[in-house]
Amino acid sequence: MFEVIFLQFLNGLDKGAAYALIALGLTLVFGTLGVVNFAHGALFMLGAFCAVMFRQFLTLETVTIDPTQTSPWGAPLEIREPLVQTWFGDFGAVLVNYSVPFSILITIPIMLLVGIALERGIIKHFYKRPHAEQILVTFGLAIVAQEVIKSIFGPNPIPQPMPTDLRGAADIGSWIGFQANVITYPLWRLIYFLFSAIVIGGVFAFLQFTTFGMVVRAGMADRETVGLLGINIDRRFTIMFGLAAIVAGMAGVMYTPLLPPNYHLGMDFLVLSFVVVVVGGMGSLPGAVAAGFLLGILQSFASMTQIKAIVPGIDQIIIYLVAVVILLVRPRGLMGRRGVMES
Amino acid sequence: MTNFMSRNDLLLFLGFAVVVLAMPIWLTPFGAGYPDLLQRFMIFGIFAVGFNILFGLTGYLSFGHAAFFGVGSYAAVWSFKLLTLDAIPAMIFAVIISGLFALVIGFLSLRRSGIYFSILTLAFAQMSYNLAYSVLTPITNGETGLQLTLNDPRVLDAALGQTFVGQPVPTLLGQQLGGYAGFYFCAGFLILSFFFAQRVAGSPFGMMLKSIKSNQTRMQFTGFNTRPYALSAFVISGMYAGLAGALLAVTDPLAGAERMQWTASGEVVLMTILGGVGTLVGPVIGAWIIKYFENILSALNDNILAQFWSFLPEGVADVVVKVTSKFVGDGWHLTLGLVFVIIVIFLPGGIMEGVRRLTAVARRSGPPGAKSHQPQPAE
Amino acid sequence: MANSNVVLHVADVHKRFGGLHALADIDLQVEEGKTHAIIGPNGAGKSTLLNVIIGKLAPTSGQVVFDGNMLTGRKPYQINQLGIARVFQTPEIFADLSVLHNVMIPAFAKRDGTFTLNMLRSLDSETTIRQEAEHMLEDVGMLNRRDMHAGSLSRGDKRRMELAMCLIQHPRLLLLDEPTAGMSRHDTNTTIELLKKIKERGMTKVIIEHDMHVVFSLADKISVLAQGRIIADGSPDEVRGNPKVQEAYLGGAH
Repeated sequence: MFEVIFLQFLNGLDKGAAYALIALGLTLVFGTLGVVNFAHGALFMLGAFCAVMFRQFLTLETVTIDPTQTSPWGAPLEIREPLVQTWFGDFGAVLVNYSVPFSILITIPIMLLVGIALERGIIKHFYKRPHAEQILVTFGLAIVAQEVIKSIFGPNPIPQPMPTDLRGAADIGSWIGFQANVITYPLWRLIYFLFSAIVIGGVFAFLQFTTFGMVVRAGMADRETVGLLGINIDRRFTIMFGLAAIVAGMAGVMYTPLLPPNYHLGMDFLVLSFVVVVVGGMGSLPGAVAAGFLLGILQSFASMTQIKAIVPGIDQIIIYLVAVVILLVRPRGLMGRRGVMES
Repeated sequence: MTNFMSRNDLLLFLGFAVVVLAMPIWLTPFGAGYPDLLQRFMIFGIFAVGFNILFGLTGYLSFGHAAFFGVGSYAAVWSFKLLTLDAIPAMIFAVIISGLFALVIGFLSLRRSGIYFSILTLAFAQMSYNLAYSVLTPITNGETGLQLTLNDPRVLDAALGQTFVGQPVPTLLGQQLGGYAGFYFCAGFLILSFFFAQRVAGSPFGMMLKSIKSNQTRMQFTGFNTRPYALSAFVISGMYAGLAGALLAVTDPLAGAERMQWTASGEVVLMTILGGVGTLVGPVIGAWIIKYFENILSALNDNILAQFWSFLPEGVADVVVKVTSKFVGDGWHLTLGLVFVIIVIFLPGGIMEGVRRLTAVARRSGPPGAKSHQPQPAE
Repeated sequence: MANSNVVLHVADVHKRFGGLHALADIDLQVEEGKTHAIIGPNGAGKSTLLNVIIGKLAPTSGQVVFDGNMLTGRKPYQINQLGIARVFQTPEIFADLSVLHNVMIPAFAKRDGTFTLNMLRSLDSETTIRQEAEHMLEDVGMLNRRDMHAGSLSRGDKRRMELAMCLIQHPRLLLLDEPTAGMSRHDTNTTIELLKKIKERGMTKVIIEHDMHVVFSLADKISVLAQGRIIADGSPDEVRGNPKVQEAYLGGAH
């Protein structure tokens, strides 16, 4: 019985990690800029498509026709060779194989630029406008982002293979003293969890131990005072928005092998992430992370056949149900402050 | 009559009714004068008018109103299946059911305000949507959608000895409701809905709703229990959504769960904002514009575009066609998103605010005698 | 409640926040038709006392009785319906509505109660309430602004309108929380004049004030609050001469 529970727990971790990462960025933006960003899911989706774009670029091929040979169908044989392989040889092959993790390298600058452009171009003008208008403009931006992606990459999901070496399963059970092959866990999911733990740890360390982070935290607690201290809080907020975009983008990149990205990926995750943020408590970073994992794991348990036999359909609604209960019983969420966003 | 309705309100109402009823005539030059589209104009107009009673008057932004629309559709189709193919019982049934549904969801959601309220409505709607696709399949028929069959019991029709030949379709007193009959049926409801919304907005009750939007604290210290007011607005707008959903089922008796999805809730928000939140005609205009461009733009393809741009030099035309094609056909949502962003940034009051600004400019540049320093009337 | 003229009785109220004794042994009796001022330096517990009176905070011990009704635990709208109207430190008004509507709304609360579903009646047919509101606006000298957006009024006008909103309900008790806070000299003076005019009609008032000078000309009775206790109680003249009060105001934190 313990194995079953432990396995479900593990199964919830990677989804929980994705929720936590998105919710973390949402909370950063809300806590610092005071903006309810409905385009945050779109940033996750854009990150995922950075990986798609990178791979498509890597797998650009030269096609030469070799007239001396024929294919099994009798036509002249086409020889396809990825460009990177012609340029870099074996390293090119490695690059293609590891395209997903490597694409983080291009995702970071792209997402930073996207984030800064969004903040400076549009969101900046909405700091003083009502939350409803913030929701509406970012909702519109999310639609634009997803439609642009749709028109470039088409409506269908584009699978991203994980690196061949990382395809297997990790025998976690044997590591902690169970028999071999009782508790196995896909390696990439484990990597995703570790990756998210590192990113979350990094963000927290950044906020905790750098001067920049201190100012931002002070700004989250009391924006007016920090502004009065003569600190240019605006520029820092811009950078925070960029950072949130990077976190969302990286979360999207690494998630691609688990779920082939399509253009509405962002919207799918956005709704859930908002629920996560609210459950964690609007404006609380630890709350967002905790709620992300909590809901991911709950979702995993709810999809167990034993549970579904007792409460049919519970797997479909568990997250929303938890959100509703928490909002009604404890409106500030798990760790939120009082009075945030009430009106 | 003055006590019943002010002269301006009466003129607005009559003007609205005339515009709606004459739509088949004046929309024909725009390529929209056919019943199928006109019916949609009516249906989504009702949806938006009702949504505005909640969002526009009380300021509560619901992201889950599509749930009531969907419930209305399902309820209407069940009425067609179980009771009778006549549309009127179906409408009544749908409005009652969606009203009850809204009462429950509103009672719970209105315990919170601000974004928490929005998330609660969203969560309830998503639950309904997910359940409609999974466990509730016996009621909703899952992905296939609920439809009419020859074997439906239709007890009232059977009791009256009415029999049908062929595929059953909704009727009104025995008349089929396809085509223009369907349009006028829906138009009647839109005009009624508009009239009722006008009454609500112009009543003391409507003023209370506006005051809740303006300052809920003051409202409470003034002696009002604000929650039943907001809940009434919520239920009324839920019933409007149910009515619209039922009408969609009348014109096309196939109810699917996708009508309840949150994107559908988002769409009615877009309509209301685009037209003008808190105004009476704005949301209707917003609904019409969105449905019109959805219809026109999504039907365009590269060939039509190539013809349209053919006056340009060949190379330029190719590029222009390529670029514009991203904004039409399947890409029309991109246009919608862009327009929406632009509206929210530059014209948060929507089209109605644009009209107001234009008339203000026109008046200022008019004869100097017309210049007035009248204090801006509030409404 | 020995005295039947007492409208509001704050009886032996204590309020603690953790270790902090915010209010100690507060006993106040507000008599019908009188203007009772509660003054004290910043941090004396005036806001806490006000919040206890309006039921927003429950006292740790003791009770607040208004006209025979316990106020503790009641919702703001219930307290209003009992006959207590309130003017806030920063005017709480309906900024998006017209001045006339701002004043009409409280009249509806008085007539129709906490909730009425009168959605099919036209606002234009409410001539009685409209006339009443216009009369009220005339009273406070704002009839010429009746069609303006309330949000675009000056601070002083907002305060006057807020007073009109309270007065139209003919409350048994009017609570004023620092009615001149943040106002210009001119606005302060007009507000004081207006309050004097109201006083002549014999309405019971409780004024919470930080500035002593505002209330000396208005109050029949003054209670001085310092560090959560009432240190002096009496007519303006008695209080003025009280050395403890002078110490609290001049020698203390202020």
